[in-house]
Amino acid sequence: MNNIIKKFIPQILAILFVVLIFGFLTLNAQTNMDNRGIDFGFDFLSQESSFDVQFSLIEYSGSDSYSRAFLVGLLNTLLVSFISIIICTILGVIIGVARLSSNYLIKNSAACYVEFFRNIPLLLQIFFWYYAALRALPMPEKANAWFGVTYMTVKGYYIPAMVWENLNVFLYCGLAAIISIIVLRNYARKLRDTQGKQIPVFLYSVALLIVLPLLSFLFGGVSLGFELPELKKLSKISYIYEGGISLPPELIALVLALSLYTSTFVAECVRAGIEGVSKGQKEAAASVGLTPNQVLKLVIMPQALRIIIPPTTNQYLNLTKNSSLAAAIAYPDLVLVFAGTALMQTGKAIEIVSITMLTYLTISLTIAAIMNWYNKKIEIKEK
Amino acid sequence: MFKIIKQLTSVVAMFAMLFAFSTETMAAKKSKTLENTKKRGFVRCGVSQGLPGFSNADESGNWTGIDVDVCRAVAAATLGDATKVKFTPLSAKERFTALTSGEIDILSRNTTWTLSRDADIGLTFVGVNFYDGQGFMVRKGSGIASTSEFKNGTSVCTNLGTTTELNMRDFFDSKGISYEPVVFEKADEVVAAYDAGRCDTYTTDKSGLAAQRTKLSAPNDHVVLPETISKEPLGPVVRQGDSVWEDIVRWSLNTMIEAEEYGVDSSNADMMKTSNNPAIKRLVGAEGELGAAFGLDNEWNLRIIKQVGNYGESYKRNIADTGILPDRGPNELWTKGGILYVPPAR
Repeated sequence: MNNIIKKFIPQILAILFVVLIFGFLTLNAQTNMDNRGIDFGFDFLSQESSFDVQFSLIEYSGSDSYSRAFLVGLLNTLLVSFISIIICTILGVIIGVARLSSNYLIKNSAACYVEFFRNIPLLLQIFFWYYAALRALPMPEKANAWFGVTYMTVKGYYIPAMVWENLNVFLYCGLAAIISIIVLRNYARKLRDTQGKQIPVFLYSVALLIVLPLLSFLFGGVSLGFELPELKKLSKISYIYEGGISLPPELIALVLALSLYTSTFVAECVRAGIEGVSKGQKEAAASVGLTPNQVLKLVIMPQALRIIIPPTTNQYLNLTKNSSLAAAIAYPDLVLVFAGTALMQTGKAIEIVSITMLTYLTISLTIAAIMNWYNKKIEIKEK
Repeated sequence: MFKIIKQLTSVVAMFAMLFAFSTETMAAKKSKTLENTKKRGFVRCGVSQGLPGFSNADESGNWTGIDVDVCRAVAAATLGDATKVKFTPLSAKERFTALTSGEIDILSRNTTWTLSRDADIGLTFVGVNFYDGQGFMVRKGSGIASTSEFKNGTSVCTNLGTTTELNMRDFFDSKGISYEPVVFEKADEVVAAYDAGRCDTYTTDKSGLAAQRTKLSAPNDHVVLPETISKEPLGPVVRQGDSVWEDIVRWSLNTMIEAEEYGVDSSNADMMKTSNNPAIKRLVGAEGELGAAFGLDNEWNLRIIKQVGNYGESYKRNIADTGILPDRGPNELWTKGGILYVPPAR
């Protein structure tokens, strides 16, 4: 009995304490809001927002509701995080492997890169890319074409837009290719396990990925055209490109800063992971006659990944949260659109800030869940 | 067991006291703000992060501007010294929260008086110290002479969290022009972006355009278009719920404007005590008991005029002489063709 009290009383008291504090803070906020005549409620979400947003992945105008403005901001946050996570992973793996290279030049330039980019505050890097690097770009009318059809200007990066016909047929073919690759891989594994035969799965997969969608062009009535950006005169001295897709410089600066900064941390995770696999593993694998490629793929990487994934997850979470610095350079992310303009226009500070916090929490937990699932999948399965 | 509970109650009581202390200023009693201001010894005033003519700090941290003068007037009236003001620079986004949360007691930050702000978010507007309207600035070389010459795809730089954002949408929507809003948190960032050619035009209140133009690399290459697309009555704001404080701020501003109307300024205020005009005598505290209604002494208005000056002096010192807007336009007295008109102080 005494033991039970000792065990549970502190825990119950702790919970009670937390509840009391939250209860008090809520009550306090409520009293103060009542005193000042501020209403609490989420009705504003369905009201007309009456402001425009620079860049949106979905149709949006000022006559849409605040909840749609929230969605616009959320999608922009997800977009910039998604692109940056992909770029920082690719860069991070390359740099991390390069740091282990035996080539003096490669090794040391990779080390310089890491030390340089990870030791400068991220906000400064964002400012650098936006105010220094991108500002040095030419005005639209003076821009030279990159690859013949794209234009990098101070007002943004203009690229041709794809105009599809029967896009759905093309997508079905792509889906079919992916499904057949999965089937092929399973078949190949079975073949290897039962008969010891190896088939070049990778080559077949690439072939499938190219051939099937290509067939859709020949027989499925799919066609692809391009809408090129064309120079248009706005006034005597100002021009803009019309048609095609325009990527705002704010997005480019943010992606550059986020991915270069985070890639240094990912690189260190990768290096730590590979160095964490003991040398004997590599030597043993080589001594049983595996090729260097197989050693890396079958022995080193599976073990290294276990060390790499958990800290890399942290970096992805950091990147997503850091993307809220977008507000500093006018990229319309969740913080700028919703916790900025929408908050100002409605004055619903408590409601909007809590929605924004919950949203970031949800995004982070989702990323963590995906990475944990992947980590579970590759961890050592003890038999 | 009993001992644990006893200890716990004392801990809870301690925390309750800690938090209760922080709510002390929040009770809605009569002129609590005035009491606290007197106890503290200075007026807490929210201003902009730097808008020449309205609220701007020099290298040594001295704030000047017509918005600053409103706070100085309140300090002169309530504390007897116009210098006893603590200025808090706020972004457009932060300003209302700072006021409603009790961080500042007056928000004098070129803030537009609108219905929803007045009615919704726990604020009270006390008057107008500058009648403004939203305009556009463009590069002279562009040849654009009127807003009707804007074309589809025009990129527009502006500030976050302002009525400007709403007005420009109304404007471009009604003209059927598609535009690209580029919205920054700080005014300096907007200026930098516009200067670098990121945007074709810069929109905000016309007084703001005139002030920010001086910060551009080549001010003379830019021109403010003649059209005004909105009404922007700018004025000081206080928290809802303290009507005495609200009255003090309102009548401090009104005193400055009325002083100009009667020709009373910082140099002649003392002499005006012996004026024949009772209205002037009331204005310098030589007749009537005007201060008593606010719980102030009778020379509160005299101190405002002596230490800060009348509205005309403030305008000349901050806006006309600095070359921002030499012409007073609508901000001239009603007796001289403007729309500045305040209720009589009696």
